[in-house]
Amino acid sequence: MSAPSIAENAAAVGGPVIAAPQEKRPGRPGRTVGLAAIYVLLVALVVVFLGPIVFIVLNSFKQKFSISSDPFAVPVGDMWAGFSNYITGLTKQNFLEAIGWSFFITVASVGVIVFFCAMMAYYITRIKTWWTTALYYLLVFSMVIPFQMVMFPTVKLADMLSLSNPLGMVVLYLGFGAGLSVFIFSGFVKSIPLEIEEAAYIDGCSPVQTYFQVVFPILKPVSITVAILNAMWVWNDYLLPYLVIGLSTRFKTIPVVVQQFVGSNGNRDMGTMMAMLVLAVIPIVIFYLFAQKHIIEGVVAGSVKG
Amino acid sequence: MQRSLKKYFPLFVLPTSAAFLIAFLAPFFIGLYLSFTKFTTITNAEWVGLQNYQRALDPNDGFLGSFWFTILVVVASVITVNLFAFTIAKLLTQKLRGTNIFRTIYFMPNLIGGIVLGYTWQSMINAVLANYGTTLVADWKYGYIGLIILVNWQQVGYMMVIYIAGLQNVPTELNEAAAIDGAGRWQTLRNVTIPMIMPTITICLFLTLSSSFKMFDQNLALTDGAPMDRTQMVALNIVKTMFSQIGRQGVGQAKAVLFVIVVVAIALIQLRATRSREVEA
Repeated sequence: MSAPSIAENAAAVGGPVIAAPQEKRPGRPGRTVGLAAIYVLLVALVVVFLGPIVFIVLNSFKQKFSISSDPFAVPVGDMWAGFSNYITGLTKQNFLEAIGWSFFITVASVGVIVFFCAMMAYYITRIKTWWTTALYYLLVFSMVIPFQMVMFPTVKLADMLSLSNPLGMVVLYLGFGAGLSVFIFSGFVKSIPLEIEEAAYIDGCSPVQTYFQVVFPILKPVSITVAILNAMWVWNDYLLPYLVIGLSTRFKTIPVVVQQFVGSNGNRDMGTMMAMLVLAVIPIVIFYLFAQKHIIEGVVAGSVKG
Repeated sequence: MQRSLKKYFPLFVLPTSAAFLIAFLAPFFIGLYLSFTKFTTITNAEWVGLQNYQRALDPNDGFLGSFWFTILVVVASVITVNLFAFTIAKLLTQKLRGTNIFRTIYFMPNLIGGIVLGYTWQSMINAVLANYGTTLVADWKYGYIGLIILVNWQQVGYMMVIYIAGLQNVPTELNEAAAIDGAGRWQTLRNVTIPMIMPTITICLFLTLSSSFKMFDQNLALTDGAPMDRTQMVALNIVKTMFSQIGRQGVGQAKAVLFVIVVVAIALIQLRATRSREVEA
């Protein structure tokens, strides 16, 4: 709501307009200057928010010595390294495989989380007994607890149960993701009128049919929210995959490879590092471009509930 | 109808419950027990009572230092993130053209994970500091400021979208009524807008509080605690105690329990704050 239009509305309803002088008249000059100032500010913020990404993209095409000598220059002439940094990054560090494992673990975990957590939320919301209530509060409790509390026993337990592989990671993510996901789903299930399910029962549906044919389709919008929140978390998660599968050489996710390559050695190859950072960002940007609206809505919905 | 659904419990509840038991519930209680023992795996634990807690709280350990550093980070980031996010949200709800594009761009950094984010900023800050012949890890203040900048970059867009949602729910009649009553911009902001979006402010304050309190990836990637663990936050301190210091797993687990107590206390305060706001609204 901008000030001049308040004044205009106030004038329209015949109210006394006792605002600051330049607000009294919806006059052009002050308003235009104010607008221009806001736009300048907004564009400056674009530079701030995109700057670091532009920085890594520019440097990923530079020779490694130019990165330290001219970090903010555009890669032209001698500095230009073409795609050599990308080729080194993709081949030497098994980065391609890491992308594959990140994809597999994220997609499988999100699918499993949405499928099973929605079912559980439905059951514990509709069936009220002491143990479903207890389960609900335990799940809510788990959202608050920092990972450091459980990390050691979880890793050892996963080892004992042969879960130290990508499929096992899906099981662990289901366990860790259950808190937030069941919480969000339950809030939504509560708002579904019982009459809809009763009608399905009267039409001869079994509880399982009722759930899959009637309730689950209604849960679609909230499923998208849950899927997005979990995808962002699983894709970027570092500590759990590092501790459970990252120590073996076979299964590594993107954050684990980035940390091991960049974090471990002092005389690191800056060019390859920049290329790897860009490669890690690209899938996220693509995902964001396609699902931008859902992501922002999902994040707002998730935060208000959580 | 409830009765017939009830017997399908193995299908509906068992898979998630089993995963929850393995990933969280059992490890939580095992962890609680292990904090009173000396162990290297979970099967060779030896009861030592409160010894681990004494060691964790020993002033020479660095745990308390990491707590202080964490509080410094939390205070600065909660204030700056929310101020910036609210200001930008206010600018973007002025009914200007193209605000959606700006919103989309500002939100994007929030999707990038802490590790990638940390190294991106590390290389950029080091490139700037190289002009002055120094590096990010030369002085803890650089790492501290760097961490605050990084957290702002990551979180401002996130909080901004929540503030925008809150601001859009304020009925325009209220602003108009305030204008009729002769309120200036600041008065409207203070007496109308802020009280109306108090629930949103509470949510944002606690989201930034708990996420910066538990921060790990960004801390690990940006400075890894350097110099001399002076920029080490609690989560990083616990992980290092547990996995890099030989024979001190028990101390690490005790630190984790202390960490949990603080985090749960914050969550309970949050719950009360949210409840009381709901009554007012």
